[in-house]
Amino acid sequence: MNLIEFIKQPWPWYVAGPLIGLTVPTLLLIGNKSFGISSSLRHICAACLPAKIPFFSYDWKKEIWNLFFAAGIFLGGFLAFLFLQNPEPMTVNPNLSAELATYGITNYDTLMPTEIFSWNNLFTLRGFIMMVAGGFLVGFGTRYAGGCTSGHAIMGLSTLQWPSLVATISFMAGGFIMANLILPFILNL
Amino acid sequence: MMEQLKNEITDINYTGEQETKLMKRNTAIEMSSPEIACSNDSELSHPWWHNFKYAFTGLLFGIIFVKAEIISWFRIQEMFRLQSFHMYGIIGSAIIVGAISVWIIKKFKIKTIYGEPISFAKKSFHKGQIYGGLLFGLGWAVTGACPGPLFAQIGNGATVIAVTLLSAIAGTWVYGKFKDQLPH
Repeated sequence: MNLIEFIKQPWPWYVAGPLIGLTVPTLLLIGNKSFGISSSLRHICAACLPAKIPFFSYDWKKEIWNLFFAAGIFLGGFLAFLFLQNPEPMTVNPNLSAELATYGITNYDTLMPTEIFSWNNLFTLRGFIMMVAGGFLVGFGTRYAGGCTSGHAIMGLSTLQWPSLVATISFMAGGFIMANLILPFILNL
Repeated sequence: MMEQLKNEITDINYTGEQETKLMKRNTAIEMSSPEIACSNDSELSHPWWHNFKYAFTGLLFGIIFVKAEIISWFRIQEMFRLQSFHMYGIIGSAIIVGAISVWIIKKFKIKTIYGEPISFAKKSFHKGQIYGGLLFGLGWAVTGACPGPLFAQIGNGATVIAVTLLSAIAGTWVYGKFKDQLPH
């Protein structure tokens, strides 16, 4: 097996987790930046449509590093798509695939189920709730909470800040409620 | 040389002061919001293309996102159904490595590559971390994405997620618009 084939396999958590953890000191060392991604959404608002709202009236150019970082994540995703794709379908927990099959989700070729996340489904009720309403909750919720998984869970907990622990527990609680109690109804639509 | 540096420092302090005034004119929460740290002003003295180092860091980060399947909706479903350790292992080990790194930086007072001291913004508690956190959690389980993976998903070929990203930007905007009416 050559190196590229080796890299193309899904990476285990004990490789990916520490590498993501190293993003924290990397950003601190190369420019005294606190790891966090959801702020990029705020900077986009401030840049494109501040509408005299105080929350968006600041010099977003000072925070432009965050937009470069986000653009880099996009490019990284694209490079992986071009050169590092796993040729095998995803393997998931059999309980999950059994449950998802009842909602008509059976395609594991890509990381996102194409039965939900595709342009064709955007204006179905299920697709609209999951892509548009879901996205809105992500943007609204992260800003309301003052950060996302990177800013609160990873950066906040790395610096031992208890408000970030509260936020992280809330993220997880919301996720458990949605995945187990609400999502089955949405997926049945 | 020293003289120039002194002038620069005064400049930085001056803009810092202006910013504080501006923030005071805004709401009280804005003051306590640490998201826009004023400690990064000195970055302005670097040419803009220095920002490519952040793009490169993001690029590596995006590749990890894809290859560890963190951007996969399926992996997020497994996490919230307690069907896999994968995501817990990733987030947990990232926090441990992050915490050790921060401890080392603080302990040895390590400076940035430009010789600036490294600062840490303190996060203050407000109820938004609970309400907003719960709302984000709901969205996370539906979309299978936090803000970072959204960018990587689009790059990785799920182009329709651009709509989800736009919607997330709209959500951020609506929060900013109605921030003062929301409980914090």
